[in-house]
Amino acid sequence: MRNLIGESNYDFIGHRRPAMFLSAALVTIALLAILIRGLNFGVDFTGGFTIEVGYEETANIEHIREVLAAAELPDASVQNFGSTTDVLIRMAPPEGDVTGSALSDDVLGALKPTSESEIKMRRVEFVGPQVGEELRETGGLAVLMALFAIVVYIWFRFEKKFSVGSVLALVHDVIITVGVFALFQIEFDLTILAAILAVIGYSLNDTIVVFDRIRENFRTMRRGTPAEIMNASINQTLSRTVITSLTTLLVLLSLFIFGGKIINGFALALIIGVIIGTYSSIFVASTTVLGLGISKEDMMPVEKEGADLDDIP
Amino acid sequence: MTNANPLWKILLLALVVVSGIVLALPNIFGSDYAVQISGRSAPLTEDNAFLAKSAINSGGFEGVEFRDEGEQVIAIFANQDDQQKAQELVTRAVEPAFTSAAMNLVSASPAWLRKISDPMYLGLDLRGGIHFLYEVDMDEAIKSAEERYVSDWRRIVREEGIKGFKIQHKGGEISARFNVEADRDRMLDLYRQEGRDLDFKTSEDDKYGYITANLNEAAVTAEKTLVLEQNIATLRNRVNELGVSEPVIQQQGLERIVVQLPGIQDPTRARAILGATATLEYRLVHGSPTTWAAASSGGGVPADARLYKLKEDGSPILLSRDIIVTGDQIKDASAGFDQQTSAPAVFVNLDGAGAKRMQAVTQENVGNLMAVVYKENRVDVAYNEAGEKVYNEVKTEQVINYATINDVLSHRFQTTGLGGGEAADLALLLRAGSLKAPINIVEERTVGPSLGADNIRQGFLSAVVGLIVVVLFMAWYYRVFGMVAGAALIMNVVLIVAVLSLLQATLTLPGIAGIVLTTGMAVDANVLIFERIREELRSGSSVQAAISAGYDKAFTTIADANITTLIAAVVLFSLGTGAIKGFAITLSIGILTSMFTAIFGSRIIINAIYGGKRGKALAI
Repeated sequence: MRNLIGESNYDFIGHRRPAMFLSAALVTIALLAILIRGLNFGVDFTGGFTIEVGYEETANIEHIREVLAAAELPDASVQNFGSTTDVLIRMAPPEGDVTGSALSDDVLGALKPTSESEIKMRRVEFVGPQVGEELRETGGLAVLMALFAIVVYIWFRFEKKFSVGSVLALVHDVIITVGVFALFQIEFDLTILAAILAVIGYSLNDTIVVFDRIRENFRTMRRGTPAEIMNASINQTLSRTVITSLTTLLVLLSLFIFGGKIINGFALALIIGVIIGTYSSIFVASTTVLGLGISKEDMMPVEKEGADLDDIP
Repeated sequence: MTNANPLWKILLLALVVVSGIVLALPNIFGSDYAVQISGRSAPLTEDNAFLAKSAINSGGFEGVEFRDEGEQVIAIFANQDDQQKAQELVTRAVEPAFTSAAMNLVSASPAWLRKISDPMYLGLDLRGGIHFLYEVDMDEAIKSAEERYVSDWRRIVREEGIKGFKIQHKGGEISARFNVEADRDRMLDLYRQEGRDLDFKTSEDDKYGYITANLNEAAVTAEKTLVLEQNIATLRNRVNELGVSEPVIQQQGLERIVVQLPGIQDPTRARAILGATATLEYRLVHGSPTTWAAASSGGGVPADARLYKLKEDGSPILLSRDIIVTGDQIKDASAGFDQQTSAPAVFVNLDGAGAKRMQAVTQENVGNLMAVVYKENRVDVAYNEAGEKVYNEVKTEQVINYATINDVLSHRFQTTGLGGGEAADLALLLRAGSLKAPINIVEERTVGPSLGADNIRQGFLSAVVGLIVVVLFMAWYYRVFGMVAGAALIMNVVLIVAVLSLLQATLTLPGIAGIVLTTGMAVDANVLIFERIREELRSGSSVQAAISAGYDKAFTTIADANITTLIAAVVLFSLGTGAIKGFAITLSIGILTSMFTAIFGSRIIINAIYGGKRGKALAI
């Protein structure tokens, strides 16, 4: 039997104070980063243009900037994307009498005559400002809706204190993950939002496995304080928590390394989220439940309710 | 105690595995670039099929393959360039009004497999193409609905012989002014009978009596629905005319339309065709060159005439206010060349009512002049500094030609005076019908073919590497049980692909990411089960009791954990944007299929290997 973890008996609950300080510090830094630096929203949320062009040889960024400036295209940001031959040109939503999405034609029209090698249009994205605004709203709403639906589900399946604990852990994970994007000013687009929702799903997955064991142990262990029972539960599931996080991280690393530039941010958000989510299901979710004063009596009505559900093989 | 497999479970697993493999198989063969030649309203005739085939053969493409499928012919090409060139050749060779040549991707799997299943549908980010999100200008739609009442009201007033009135559409409402209050009251009754869709208001001042009216709320809603549906129908026709197969044209919300054109590489032309409202109008010419010149230099335009300019040189011309035939009455149109002069021409086919009117007017006016007006409405949207929408209406109304009426015209005739490209585009627009309200692009995403190919390659690579790494890790860590989990995992990926192919769901790059993520998370079920079995073994259970308890006790945990992930996936799906939906779909399907493979499937294999084993040790 191979064991990375073995039969552990770490005192997680005993170390909850330093963990709480660490969490509080991380959340504070993340919130400060979000408030002060703000998120570097992508074109999905701000509205505007993104044009990716591919050159056959190394692209001369300076030259492209000059050409675009000469063509009086509104403050274009020009940078390499993934490789030296690919160039990403971003522009704010057009002002005045510049016509809708036809701007991409203007950009290609300006660049093509000045380049000896062929220029390939790889991708054009135009999002109108009001569409971007709507996406920001629906996106925020979606995260809140997911959290709410999950609170209701856990309340129904477990108990109110578990519900509070799991949501606190989720909010903790979301804030820290978003905070990393704010701190390093990594572009935050629609795929990142999708990743955040997947993080919510994953982190919860982890939390529920621990909760399930806590509930089971509250019912079967005759002795022990709630803190001891919790500690035992976390230790019993620790091996699984680590192995699953490891396999998930392995595929995410594969996605990050081989998946290409477009999916990079998505994979990064999930990698951060999985790490934080694993930590939070041990230190945040369980300790919150304990802090709320969970007792054997709390499990009694749930035991009745959950009885027939648990009978499913 | 033993863990034996009931026969039905083995059969069920075998059935699912075999059908999963068959359904997923076409995806290994991939797709070929093809041009699909079919009849527009009737099946493709042999003559037209022959014409199309010889056009393709004249292009000298290498490795062309024809598939005759009864009602259509599919020509398969080695690469995308050949496909595009061939589509142009065919379009030029056949009569576009009757035969369509659409660029397409067709399954490259062998014929027997094609009969059973198709490969997954690839999203725009994987195969390249254009995505437009249009917003219908509903203010304009309501305005033109109300303007229809303005002409109704005028007609009724004239029929009643009332003098002293003014009816117009002003300030966003229909307004009528009467010199005599009694007339106003009488008209109000008549208008009420005619216009059930209107909310009426009356007012008066010292001199006049007024009626003002607006479309009521129900009528506004009905009008918006109608306009949206008609615009969708028109866009669908235009897209078909562009030669795109498998396009997506869908309503989104109450005022928006999504158009997706896979494989199309020229957004400029697509934008121009989809958003244009070009049409023709036939009118009688009014007066002579002297009165035209006088009218244009400020000499006043007669009440029954309107001043136009000739497209050719911008010189003035007067046309009668009455329209003989509008573009809506054109049933069919095609582009070609005038037989005598070889000038580009549009051949027009009128509907019954239009033909009747054309016949009546030309009969009375043999020897007089008739003009063709080319009308183009385009609304360009821009944004000012405050981020508000600004509309720049670009309207062109030009006389493209005028000529003496020599004969009585009826159903079919030709119009010249446009360039070759213009004639072809106009014929296309006339065939497809006009838009009932202007549409504006609020979102556009174009993916070039090179990026699409990169995305597929990178997505596939990351999925394969991820899968191999996890399978190896599991086999190392849980030994025989880990290998079983690996088999279940591979089966899971096959089943996801099978379900996607079966549903003909769209695979996107985030969708591939969803499959990759599921690969990592799906082993969680097996990890939970195996850890439980280990615990049971440690506490001294027999091998069979440990396996049984491990699967049973882990089940509720797995179900709870997966349901919450499903909740997140459903919320994600409701977010609604194309590519993200793809992620939500593969994630949800992956969660469901993993429950089957990781619990049901792995149990059957474990039972088959260890079901009769005694003792207290397992390779786990």
